Amino acid sequence: MTRLTRIGGPAGFVVLVAAVLLAPLVFSHYRTYQLAFVAVYLIALVGLNILTGYTGQISLGHGAFMGVGAYTTTILVVDHGWRDLWTIPVAGVVAGLIGLAFGLPATRFAGPYLALATFAIPLSFIGILKRFPHFTGGNIGKSLPQLHAELGVQANPSLWFYAVTWTVALVMFPLAYLVVRGRFGRSLRAVRDSEIASTANGVSTAAVKAAAFGVSAFFCGVAGALYAIGITYVNPDTFPIDLSILLLVGIVLGGAGSLGGMLFGALFVEFIRISWGPALLGVFSSVHHINKNAPGSGLVVYGVVLLLVLYAAPSGAAGLARRATGAATRFRRGKDASLSDPSLV
Amino acid sequence: MQQFFQQLVAGCADGAIFGSLALALVLIYKATEVINFAQGEMAMFTTYICWALITHHGFSYWPAFFLTIVIAFVGGVALQRTVIRPLERASVLTVVMATIALLVILNGLAAWIWSPQLQFFPSPFPTSSWVIAGVHISKQDAGTVGVTLACVLVLWLFFRFTKLGLAMRAGALNPNAARLLGVRTSWLLALGWGFAAALGSVSGMMVAPTVFLTPNMMQAVLIYAFAAAVLGGLESPVGAVVGGLALGVMLDMLGTYVHPVTSELRLPVALGILLVVLLVKPAGIFGRVVVRRV
Repeated sequence: MTRLTRIGGPAGFVVLVAAVLLAPLVFSHYRTYQLAFVAVYLIALVGLNILTGYTGQISLGHGAFMGVGAYTTTILVVDHGWRDLWTIPVAGVVAGLIGLAFGLPATRFAGPYLALATFAIPLSFIGILKRFPHFTGGNIGKSLPQLHAELGVQANPSLWFYAVTWTVALVMFPLAYLVVRGRFGRSLRAVRDSEIASTANGVSTAAVKAAAFGVSAFFCGVAGALYAIGITYVNPDTFPIDLSILLLVGIVLGGAGSLGGMLFGALFVEFIRISWGPALLGVFSSVHHINKNAPGSGLVVYGVVLLLVLYAAPSGAAGLARRATGAATRFRRGKDASLSDPSLV
Repeated sequence: MQQFFQQLVAGCADGAIFGSLALALVLIYKATEVINFAQGEMAMFTTYICWALITHHGFSYWPAFFLTIVIAFVGGVALQRTVIRPLERASVLTVVMATIALLVILNGLAAWIWSPQLQFFPSPFPTSSWVIAGVHISKQDAGTVGVTLACVLVLWLFFRFTKLGLAMRAGALNPNAARLLGVRTSWLLALGWGFAAALGSVSGMMVAPTVFLTPNMMQAVLIYAFAAAVLGGLESPVGAVVGGLALGVMLDMLGTYVHPVTSELRLPVALGILLVVLLVKPAGIFGRVVVRRV
């Protein structure tokens, strides 16, 4: 590690905290509400990145773990009268345990087969939700109480939600850093880089992969709990397979194996749907007659964006930033040391 | 007992469809070592093409059927050459992500071009059925099984008795040695994609009359196909078909005799079977345990 990366992590984090504190002063309540969802996606992406970026296992099912978290929160609040804030850790633990239970057998798969098995999770999740309507609300789903400030705070609900999500995100972010940094993080990367070599060196690949699966599901469960509190309803269509794919697109765009890059990924995931996607389509429609609101057009946009990123910048936004800082370091010290370090935040 | 045989027949028909898509998965995996996530969506998309040929361009069923297979083959080769080949030297993760991008794009395009509404897709087989010892065997189910078996037979003949088939097997077994001996392995990969797309289009056209044509119709079928392939052993073509039939029958039996298992739980049950197979016999029924070396 270069000196740059050592101070880069905490310094970047301080800048992030400052930006989070300042944003509500600059933006409207509506934008603040949207930015709160950036925090939600940030938590999910950081978690999924532990599995995909650091351990090298693709999952097409983590949207469903967000769903598990969201349903846990909803059922506890609506049917058992819990206060919504206290359900957040419970939602994380429930999702994490289910993730671990799935991960234990599924991580026997090498590489891409795991991804195909995880493809079944969101589809199965929807089926299970519809099968047990007395518990989950079936097709109609369940509604949470309206968004409101709690703990005696008098604040605009959007602002309150923003404060809650970013507080949780700013706790989870360093937590992810601790997970990927130490001995455990080293074994994650060893599994990613060579399963055979890491087994030969005494790393239990199956256990490491299953643990990574559980941890990432925990993060997604927490994100899902916040998501449910924010949108105040859940039904089987809230967590479609598209959400899981979108999370994966966010990872690739932000840069697999980089925590800082996930911020860019989260911004992308939140804003592609509401503004960037239609804007991109608008560019095309000025050339051609294309209906911007046509069904499926959004999917085509993020598929094409994903492909372009894979060709042009396979290591995502973080890779581009790293290349820039790498060039700067090279310029200063005449060698290039930070390029190969994936733990750069 | 009569009900039992009735469900056995229905299960075989479902299983034949799972088996044919599983075969496509296994085929492309054997040839390229890459799992194509867009496999199901390619099948869906080509089925839409067949539907458009029939309803908008006045084709009758069988010409449209064979024309679609040709279009699928060409489309598969073209996708490999344009989208996947530039990533030849990239990591497996990147290639898999590219196939996921294809999945998303094809799914979106189908909804965009043909609207996401349910469409009725015609079946080439009559709706009547034969009655043998009180068991109704619908001609449609029999036709599905027949078409699938014919595909398997054609593929087996191709791989076993043609020079190109031999080259493809060689390319999959040892790409470097094959290349040294003058086999153009890069084009073989494209051919593998073409065959898988053609096979996928057949399973799409066979499944569409029963599930109706929608952009999402193949997502669940892809999971069943994968579970079938795992059950049979991922690298065995025979296993893929046997696994498909076994899974189809198993799901139908569970749905009939175990009442808590309703249609919503078919997919979770398939996922459960998948996980149990992995725990008990990870190599599948026909698979061999592979020794990996550094």
